[in-house]
Amino acid sequence: MANAKEIKTVLFGPVFANNPIALQVLGICSALAVTTKMDKALVMCIALTLVTAFSNFFISLIRNHIPSSVRIIVQMTIIASLVIVVDQLLKAFAYDVAKELSVFVGLIITNCIVMGRAEAFAMKSAPGISFLDGIGNGLGYSVVLMTVAFIRELGGSGTLFGIEIMPLVKDGGWYQPMGLLLMPPSAFIIIAGLIWLLRTYRTEQVEKA
Amino acid sequence: MSSNNDSISKTLIVVISLCLVCAVIVSTAAVQLRPQQTANKLLDSQKNVLAVTGLLSGSDINALYSKHIEERFVDLNTGDFVEKPANYDYRKFMKNPEESIRLSGDEDVASIKSRANIAPVYLAYNDGVESGELSAIVLPIHGYGLWSTMHAFLALGADGSTIKGLNYYEQGETAGLGGEVQNPRWVAQFEGKKLLDQSGAPAIKVVKPGNASADSAFEVDGLSGATLTSNGVQYTFDFWAGAKGFAPFLAKVRDGALNNG
Repeated sequence: MANAKEIKTVLFGPVFANNPIALQVLGICSALAVTTKMDKALVMCIALTLVTAFSNFFISLIRNHIPSSVRIIVQMTIIASLVIVVDQLLKAFAYDVAKELSVFVGLIITNCIVMGRAEAFAMKSAPGISFLDGIGNGLGYSVVLMTVAFIRELGGSGTLFGIEIMPLVKDGGWYQPMGLLLMPPSAFIIIAGLIWLLRTYRTEQVEKA
Repeated sequence: MSSNNDSISKTLIVVISLCLVCAVIVSTAAVQLRPQQTANKLLDSQKNVLAVTGLLSGSDINALYSKHIEERFVDLNTGDFVEKPANYDYRKFMKNPEESIRLSGDEDVASIKSRANIAPVYLAYNDGVESGELSAIVLPIHGYGLWSTMHAFLALGADGSTIKGLNYYEQGETAGLGGEVQNPRWVAQFEGKKLLDQSGAPAIKVVKPGNASADSAFEVDGLSGATLTSNGVQYTFDFWAGAKGFAPFLAKVRDGALNNG
């Protein structure tokens, strides 16, 4: 097991310093689809974090036996199995949320973060630290997703986690919701804004022109 | 990674054993969790039926359901009650060519392609099933909106025309716009309106937002920003209140089919 400093870098590095969405711009497909409501986004974050962590762990466990010619397929098989298990668990124990997330849980399989971490980290590292890397990247993904979902749900529906914050005009309140925030393109704009903010603050992330 | 890993035999062994392990895990999860998932689905459907009749209170859904709701099955072609068919699953029967009819282009106003021959209806009794005093008839309806098939339960009064409740419980419309079909405030407009006119023809009209006249027994406001979803709701009503939908059954209800049976 690595020392404490390395653990910290692996676990919290992906949150701001090396964020999978903001810096690597991976996995933004689901960031568009599931961020209209915070509760949906939260379940998605938990599911993705678990899948990334465990797929990293299992892939790392057998990394010395994976033939390099079929390694992507081997990774996919492990990831797909984990996603199916997560999907089944959600349907059994969190039916209402599973119904809303529907196809997007299945689409974790194609999420580039899971695959990217498996290929870039788990293939070369020990199982323990790979597991933490998965959690770390899941956290990085979650931070961005929850921020986007916060802006979209508050601005688009006037609610947070389904609880009314700003009463809408159509329900007799004062807030005229911003329809654009409920459409997928708004997530692009918000993510771009977040990347801009992050890179203004951490100038080392700016790519050379 | 040693080059040994890339030999054909090693590749095959790794791939095959991995597939076996994964297959076992996935199938175990699917089989072990199925009872729980089926129970969830049933509970969810019961909850929705109770919600549309306004009987949903408290958390013991099973008990409420068996106290207040009687499930019957209707042959949509004749409008008569029939016995529950073996292995009945409404969603599966809808798509099974032997148990459904294909709808031709002009019949298929709700864009649902085929319709099961036998549909469930739920009879609700406010004072419990044994009181025999029917308070609502709940019909399952569905139709295509903008992006998705929208499934709903429609509760009618004992006259078979006055709407007592509408509950869209499954849809994939744009959240916040078309997704507002689920908004309780929106569906509340339907309460007290008439599904059918005097002659028994579908009469409910979803009109442009803000244009519904308060005196009209048939008009409700559409959803603003969601014209196509609103149209979908209109077509769903047109279809299910029409001849290929529940019209034969509702005609028998008006003739008193439920009073002596």
